[in-house]
Amino acid sequence: MSIWRYANPTQFMATTGWMLPLFGVSAAAFVATGLIWGFFFTPDDFRQGSTVKIIYLHVPSALMAINAWLMMLVASLIWLVRRHHVSALAAKAAAPVGLVMTVIALLTGAIWGQPMWGTYWAWDPRLTSFLILFLFYLGYIALWQAIETQDTAADLTSILCLVGSVFALLSRYAVNFWNQGLHQGTSVPVATGGRTVSDVFFIPLAISMIGFGLLFVALVLLRTRTEIRARRLQALLAQSTAVE
Amino acid sequence: MIALLRRDLVLAVRAGGGFGLGLAFFLILCVLVPFGVGPEPALLGRIAPGVLWVGALLACLLSLDRIFQLDFEDGTLDLLATSPLPLEAVASVKAFAHWLTTGLPLVLAAAPLGLLLNLPGAAMPWLVAGLALGTPALSVIGTFGAALTVGLKRGGLLISLLVLPLYMPTLLFGAEAARRGAEGLSPTTPLLLMAGLTAGCIAVMPFATAAALRMNLR
Repeated sequence: MSIWRYANPTQFMATTGWMLPLFGVSAAAFVATGLIWGFFFTPDDFRQGSTVKIIYLHVPSALMAINAWLMMLVASLIWLVRRHHVSALAAKAAAPVGLVMTVIALLTGAIWGQPMWGTYWAWDPRLTSFLILFLFYLGYIALWQAIETQDTAADLTSILCLVGSVFALLSRYAVNFWNQGLHQGTSVPVATGGRTVSDVFFIPLAISMIGFGLLFVALVLLRTRTEIRARRLQALLAQSTAVE
Repeated sequence: MIALLRRDLVLAVRAGGGFGLGLAFFLILCVLVPFGVGPEPALLGRIAPGVLWVGALLACLLSLDRIFQLDFEDGTLDLLATSPLPLEAVASVKAFAHWLTTGLPLVLAAAPLGLLLNLPGAAMPWLVAGLALGTPALSVIGTFGAALTVGLKRGGLLISLLVLPLYMPTLLFGAEAARRGAEGLSPTTPLLLMAGLTAGCIAVMPFATAAALRMNLR
């Protein structure tokens, strides 16, 4: 029993077939609980008023936007080293989800920034590096779309993902050097554990973060299954034309 | 290796296109900017480092798809891949040839164009130094982008989408060095960071380029 069992598409399909509804339902439950609790049953902030509530969308989507790229990085590495097709397809499936998460984070940030900072956009290190992440997602997806041979596309996008990760990281720290930050630091530092946000806000936020994580897993599983089915369909079509 | 370098240089100079084109593009861009933002010397002087850097970046981008495309179409690349020369060396030589034909002329042209844009005199040496240090990285990264898109019919547009985000750190440090020079601050830190970035790119990127080429030739 190891994770490599799921490199076999049949095994993968069988297992994810019953896992997918589970993830889907729990994602819906967690996201709904987190958001409804956050939007309707938390008090307004002392200074920010009700705009504080956008945090329940902004933080989880930003979290998943970065983690989606990390997941693509791992999946690309697995494809390059062990050449399991499921892995390459999972990376392909995760990219648009990550892209949408990045857009949500940027948009909600802009909506919050207008009343709070007085501007929709500032060339702040965090904002800028998120915009760059967005561009990396676009390039990655465009490269997948452009190459016709599936295996070559998987190879080349994996290389791009590796190189892109290095440069995304470089950009993240390069922009620190370039402009002062307007974006506040985290109020939930994992490393030190010194939380500066009250439980009233934190518990629905945590639920929402878990929900977005589950949502991401569910969407990636669904899209990977679709990709596998598309591959099978292609194979069947190729077979039937060969027979004729 | 030297034969390959000489061949690439001769091809770039004689076979039309690449060599003068990037330079001409750079010139036109720098001429167009004052029309776009107005002819006030103070404003031009302030934005000159950024304009020159972005112009160099785009001029560099223009000739990227020629690095491997022609060799791929006529089969030279297959021969190079089967030759005793490792593909990593081929990638490095190609990037070096691209830098000699595109990057180096841009560095040399930057100073007169800087005058055109009213670049402050204090910033001039740092702009040129920054370009001299940064353009090799642009060539090496661009060669990687060219290797990724070599098999595509219309790779030109895609290449810009793939390569420009990778150019971001170089642009940032380069423009920052020139800006600090213009304001009389010490530009050593961004220049050193950029030199490190360039050295790292030259060391590592040929491997990624060669890997991408192998995948495309398979």
